[in-house]
Amino acid sequence: MRLLTRGLERGDTNAMETLLSLQDFTMHYRTKTGWVQAVDGVTLSLAKGQSLGLVGESGCGKTSIAMSIMRLLPYNSRVIRGRILFKGRDIYSMSDEEVRRIRWKEVSMIFQAAMNSLNPVYRVGNQIVEAIVTHEPETTEEQARERVASLFEIVGIPKERMDHYPHEYSGGMKQRAIIAMALACNPSLIIADEPTTALDVIVQDKILREMEEIRRKINMSMIYISHDVSVIAEVSDVVAVMYAGKLVELGPAGDVFKRPKHPYTRGLMMAYPSILGEKHELATIPGEPPNLLDPPPGCRFHPRCDRASSECVAAEPAWREIGTGHYCACHNPVEVSGTWAGLHRAGDGGGRVGTCSKA
Amino acid sequence: MLALAAKPEAPDAILRVEHLSKYYPTSRGFLQRRRSLLHAVDDVCFEVKRQEVLGLVGESGCGKTTTGRLIARLTSPTSGRILVDGVDLSGIKGPGMMEFRQKVQMIFQDPYESLDPRMTIFDIVAEPLNVNGIGNLEEREARVAEMLNLVGITPPSAFLFRFPHELSGGQRQRVAIARALVVNPRFVVADEPTSMLDVSIRTGVMNLLAHLREEFGISYLYITHDLAVARYLCDRIAVMYLGKIVEMAGSEEIIKSPLHPYTRALISAVPVPDPAVKRPVPDIKGGVSKPINPPPRCRFYERCPVAKGVCAELDHPELKEVASGHFAACHIL
Repeated sequence: MRLLTRGLERGDTNAMETLLSLQDFTMHYRTKTGWVQAVDGVTLSLAKGQSLGLVGESGCGKTSIAMSIMRLLPYNSRVIRGRILFKGRDIYSMSDEEVRRIRWKEVSMIFQAAMNSLNPVYRVGNQIVEAIVTHEPETTEEQARERVASLFEIVGIPKERMDHYPHEYSGGMKQRAIIAMALACNPSLIIADEPTTALDVIVQDKILREMEEIRRKINMSMIYISHDVSVIAEVSDVVAVMYAGKLVELGPAGDVFKRPKHPYTRGLMMAYPSILGEKHELATIPGEPPNLLDPPPGCRFHPRCDRASSECVAAEPAWREIGTGHYCACHNPVEVSGTWAGLHRAGDGGGRVGTCSKA
Repeated sequence: MLALAAKPEAPDAILRVEHLSKYYPTSRGFLQRRRSLLHAVDDVCFEVKRQEVLGLVGESGCGKTTTGRLIARLTSPTSGRILVDGVDLSGIKGPGMMEFRQKVQMIFQDPYESLDPRMTIFDIVAEPLNVNGIGNLEEREARVAEMLNLVGITPPSAFLFRFPHELSGGQRQRVAIARALVVNPRFVVADEPTSMLDVSIRTGVMNLLAHLREEFGISYLYITHDLAVARYLCDRIAVMYLGKIVEMAGSEEIIKSPLHPYTRALISAVPVPDPAVKRPVPDIKGGVSKPINPPPRCRFYERCPVAKGVCAELDHPELKEVASGHFAACHIL
């Protein structure tokens, strides 16, 4: 994890302290038909003030990781091995009471479709006041209301709207109110699970910009979870790519997007249409993600991989560092680059997708 | 072979929409005496040529789905005309309607909702054939197998008697496409057919739609909120805002040189998959304009960054040809 924080674009690398780290974290769900290997051997870390983008398709374990960090897993889940350390302390060896103190105060979360999680019969402002007072018993309701007013200002809702009900808000405003609620107790980490997926692009743009600004202002860490490669590209310092419960690639956003090493990462990026640059043929990844009740042996991606060899079926690829802070789990990593990021810039490869520039 | 077949000359537009409007009444007040009208689609005109894919792009609530439903005749317009192959749909009833339904089909957004969970894949794909009384059982079986092969559900025999819940999202959407195409339609309204699918699956379905158009000469109205997807699949793109088409041009043209201030804002808000690119802040004012009893002025006036006095005084601007094949509705241009 020390390695990870090295070589990032945001200067003063030695001053970065690790806030959160997952070490070989493995979590399964018990179902009627067997154990679903939802998260398998995930190792990553996040420095203070850093933003991590967790990208992958539905069912790859992104949300399971978020829920694991919040310790909000359902009863049928089991942590098989590994640890999650928050500020150096193992979340899974804490008592329920300790976790409750950390949750929301230190780590808060913006859930997917959170705008539908506001209680329709309470005024929006009061719901946030309640969250503050619950976690900070020393704060009076008056003080909490003042704080909500300033939070509303930060997220761009007029403060008169505090006394309105959720149905009087538009979708974008509800999402902003949820972000205000996540910020309410000044957490050091926010996990945003598809925070803008249900919103229109113009609103999405506004909210992402606001979140970035807030994050930089108060030096907060952030984990963005999304299936949308372009959203991740815009908001993350570090990108982690997941496939079928495993981390397949991790590294500084610039490196991962420009020189992806794992064939899945490359496929994902090449399958993504962009409005920039010239129009190219979009890549398809054949087949479908595996059933995690019984994932394929060796590399979980090998049945869909165009670079697969016999080695990929026989042995699981090791998690190794292939560039500064750039990790990948693949027997045959991609040597040349050829993604959008590399393609649309003038003098950087150019040409068609097939003609890749040397990494 | 009634009205639809008898066309005097084959027009080069498969679909022609003239001044199409759909207003929904929203009642309020005591005994619902005050009636308001929600202008879902408001005086929309466009054409789709043979073998062309026209993308209809806009934010949620702009009326793009309603336009699609009007064309597929799932709801009837308040005013305006829709001509398919030069034949006006408004008077069509009975057998003419059956024939129209074979010509125009629809693919829906959510393949988890649009397939009956209690029907087998065979029943789902064969239903349009049953309804239209095409073929006997054997012929239908052969046709269904052929369609499943075509959309990549192979081998068909392994899927024919399965139920939708046994299929993945991508497979379901392929079944929905097979069902739409089984009657050999000339025109397909595709309402966000890929927005529920994962990226790696989505490209496959997009390529399939493109391939079917090449092979069978199908024209599409492709409804989507995603400009990047529209760019890939569509020849032309029409941008809608609050029930009006504000700009329409060739896909590359509209993405590279958008003219209408709304299109410009929309394009600059699309995130790009490159961390090195810093997009400019979209130039648009906040606030929500509602399509309920809108004032006659330009629909975009409240949010427009370049609006002038003239925009408030005049009616909503007509869609006019600004450059060759490039239409925009703006007083300032």
